[in-house]
Amino acid sequence: MKTLIIDYGVSNLGSVSRAVEECGGKVFVNDYPKKSEKFEKIILPGVGSFHVGMKNLRDRGWPEFIKQFVLEKEIPILGICLGMQLLADSGEEGGETPGLGLISGQVEKLKSSEGGERIPHVGWNQIHQKRKDLLLEGVLPGADFYFVHSYHLVPTNKKDILATTPYCNNFVSVVNKKNIYGTQFHPEKSGLTGFMILKNFLSI
Amino acid sequence: MPTLLWKDPGLVKGSGFDNWRRVGPILPAIKVYNLRQVDELIVVDIIATNENREPDYQEISDFSKECFVPLTVGGGIKNVENVRKILGAGADKVCINSAIFNNPKLISQIAQKFGSQCVVVSIDAKRIGDQYECFSHSGTKPVSISPTELAKKAEKLGAGEILITSIERDGTMKGYDLELISRVVKAVSIPVIASGGAGNYKDMLKAIKAGASAVAAASIFHFTEQTPLEAKDYLRSKGVSVRY
Repeated sequence: MKTLIIDYGVSNLGSVSRAVEECGGKVFVNDYPKKSEKFEKIILPGVGSFHVGMKNLRDRGWPEFIKQFVLEKEIPILGICLGMQLLADSGEEGGETPGLGLISGQVEKLKSSEGGERIPHVGWNQIHQKRKDLLLEGVLPGADFYFVHSYHLVPTNKKDILATTPYCNNFVSVVNKKNIYGTQFHPEKSGLTGFMILKNFLSI
Repeated sequence: MPTLLWKDPGLVKGSGFDNWRRVGPILPAIKVYNLRQVDELIVVDIIATNENREPDYQEISDFSKECFVPLTVGGGIKNVENVRKILGAGADKVCINSAIFNNPKLISQIAQKFGSQCVVVSIDAKRIGDQYECFSHSGTKPVSISPTELAKKAEKLGAGEILITSIERDGTMKGYDLELISRVVKAVSIPVIASGGAGNYKDMLKAIKAGASAVAAASIFHFTEQTPLEAKDYLRSKGVSVRY
């Protein structure tokens, strides 16, 4: 089973690839789409801003490739951090920019609630599961994951929300629609609980 | 969180910031700590500043590939470009020590460019009578400022966390310097990580009760059977909120 990791020039690819390998997956990292490759999963990692991320994806011809494999061939995709945000219709970071449009919704800046939380949101925090799904199977209630972000995806359809995190009015930390998944946290930096998510994704 | 001190390609641990003892290669240690569910790892190149050389980005990249929790890297950081390369090599935070004396503006520059969350300022202090004094260059150069004053200065410059280490407790496993921790905690409102002297899990509990937000340790993990996972189980049993 091979996992394609998309390299679009803004990501921490090293620990993502190594984490997937540790979880029993075989990976290959491509900086441009190659149709001849056979793969069963796609991971879209991400660190950086929405605008730059989308520009780099477009410059390398990734959006059409991703949509073809994810929508037509129903290959499961996991977006991580910025990678999750890029799944949305559009983002406001760095100027209003269209996203991949795989999950209906917008990416907006986090807003502190009355508690006055600090932004960026950095560190370990919990996720609260909203509905059952294979991706979160075995993850204990109250398990912590590692976050580093200032923006969050606001899905249009409530049913696409898999989990939320109690920070800045409960932002959405995991999304899912059919074979499309996204985590705002970094499973590759979340120790063994993070590995659990990656293993679940590999087994979908 | 375990602290790994790195000298050449090896992992070392000293006592009182001296008598460096080789512990073994560093990469296998990083792999083991990942399995033991540490919350973060701190890796510090203890001779880069003294040898006046840049951080070893290739090594950092190798470490980060094997590190599946947040990684903080210190040693030899002199400018924003060094920080950009360290973060580019896969580290999540940088740890600044000597630069706070030589080039304090650097802390503000890093905080502005990459955010306060990625700047940890490390303060090494020694008790002298009933006062404390700070040291730079891996504890070799005295600096006439108290750790509380220095911590306040670091916070003002934009540091996101303070790592406070007691030089004379370091490597002794005789317990943290609780007075030092409590003074620094009272001086600032950012999180303070206690370091230097942990001998058992109870010491960690005492440091947290003294106000530390997190505890760092090295010797007890290098040289004894005690593990970060057991430490967390112990702290949880005493009512401290720790990560699963």
